[in-house]
Amino acid sequence: MSSFGFPLRTPRTREERPAWEEPPTKIGSAAKAVVITVICAVMILPFLTVLSTSLASREEITEAGGFVLFPTDPTLEAYRTILSGGIVSRAVVVSVLITLVGTALSLLTTIALAYGLSKRGVPGSKPILLMVLFTLLFVPGMVPMYVVVKELGLLDSYWSLILPVMINAFNLVVLRAFFMNIPEELYQAARIDGAGDWRILTRIVLPLSKGVVAVVGLFYAVTYWNAFFNAMLYLNDSGKWPIQLVLRTYVVQGKSISGDQLGVSHMPPQQSISMAVVMIALIPILLLFPFLQKYFTKGVLTGAIKG
Amino acid sequence: MLALMAPGLLFFLFFFYVPMLGNVIAFQDYQPFIGFKESPLVGLANFQELFADPAFWEAVRNTLAFAALQLIFFFPAPLALALLINSLVSPRIKKFVQSVVYLPHFISWVLVVALFQQVLGGAGLFSNYLRDHGMSALDVMTDPSTFSLLITGQVIWKDIGWGMIIYLAALASVDQSLYESAAVDGAGRWRRMWHVTLPAVRGVTIMLLVLRLGDVLSVGFEQFLLQRDAVGARASEVLDTYIYYHGVVYGDWGVGAAAGLVKGVVGALMIYGANKVAHAFGEHGVYSK
Repeated sequence: MSSFGFPLRTPRTREERPAWEEPPTKIGSAAKAVVITVICAVMILPFLTVLSTSLASREEITEAGGFVLFPTDPTLEAYRTILSGGIVSRAVVVSVLITLVGTALSLLTTIALAYGLSKRGVPGSKPILLMVLFTLLFVPGMVPMYVVVKELGLLDSYWSLILPVMINAFNLVVLRAFFMNIPEELYQAARIDGAGDWRILTRIVLPLSKGVVAVVGLFYAVTYWNAFFNAMLYLNDSGKWPIQLVLRTYVVQGKSISGDQLGVSHMPPQQSISMAVVMIALIPILLLFPFLQKYFTKGVLTGAIKG
Repeated sequence: MLALMAPGLLFFLFFFYVPMLGNVIAFQDYQPFIGFKESPLVGLANFQELFADPAFWEAVRNTLAFAALQLIFFFPAPLALALLINSLVSPRIKKFVQSVVYLPHFISWVLVVALFQQVLGGAGLFSNYLRDHGMSALDVMTDPSTFSLLITGQVIWKDIGWGMIIYLAALASVDQSLYESAAVDGAGRWRRMWHVTLPAVRGVTIMLLVLRLGDVLSVGFEQFLLQRDAVGARASEVLDTYIYYHGVVYGDWGVGAAAGLVKGVVGALMIYGANKVAHAFGEHGVYSK
């Protein structure tokens, strides 16, 4: 399968400039510093305004004409309001559940199929593998997909957000490649001890593949949390919307949320409510980010290279 | 073993192969109430209607134009950034910059568009600043004439870090003694980059290019869908949004399925062709021979 065609080594850490390298010119260093500062500012600024505005008070927002960069008197009122029940709280619960259940199901089915396809001598595994690989090449199309989901009776069901995207063929290929590298002797030893497929998978294969399983799990979790189009396509009932769809309707399309929808009588400014919704959609990703950064690159790259 | 594999196989059967056969809708006058077993076959009528629709050709034109823009401006950006970061000496600054540019890769398109609105929209930070300083506000988010620049900017903002990480891994694998011997032989900064660094990233560049070419027809569906209302269909319609609106929203199922089938087949051919080209250059491409 895929291959980057270069060996992976631990990135070099050079604390000092080697002796053969020319000393940097003053202009060069200054230009680099400016470029890097600008890039970082462009990346961070949007997050900062959203966070600040979500924490700002009504007076500050009015005074600033919409957006606040440094709130002097931060308040969590907007968060309390949207999380005290109503449409946003419900969407958060829906998204969390979809993410947890979806990730668990995706991991289970992907691991099981990848394991089966990694073993030699499983009847039919060659054609099955080709069947899986073909899905990387061709996209069946949105209209037939919608019709199939409808015929299966999944419209307006939460399952429509999980089942149609349950296995990502690329993840499957990565896992399979990893499982294939587990030495055959380990399997044979376990077989002699009388272990069955399930036991070998849970006791030998999985403990050896924690890292790559973590990567695939994180990938699925991020995908489920971020998904919005399938919900828009398959769920007509706005009461079932996940957080991304709420975010789209009330922030991107700019519809205002009323106190009724949130179940409160006193409303903080609309602007800080919107920005609090943005933050709520962002926070899980921020919490996962250290792990994403640590495992993702490593796992994806090694997976692709070994494949 | 087959019991373990069964759920996964059922997934591919029901959510890939059944929909693939469901493409028969493209040759039918599909009526949702009677299903695709009963709907009458109409031959190539849907395709004739599709190819006669100026909106379809507009979507094709937009898709190719956006893809070209991304190829010119987005594709080289991660490599440039990786070279810049690789030239930094302090590991702490390196790590910080990497984290900062990598984060947006993991956030949803809904969030990206929301964030851009807060900064560049009519009521956003930038417009506020302009108004405060006596200039007229500038609403980049709803201006069809600059939309192609906006979406290219968004793609760069979101995914420059992702591409950069892949290049950095390739750069980290370069044998450092090559630089040293080149320097001893009198090669300057730029010649070392040309003769040592760039050959080292050739393979990964070709692989990323193959992936991008294979994906040309799917430029970034959610990104366009989310901003179609703001700038109008003429500026933002791409193949996928055309399929969604004509097929699902307006209920023209047969034509939508025909457009999807055209896109699927051409897309598969492009991946296949791009890999052939990669192999011809002696590189692995996405899959090996």
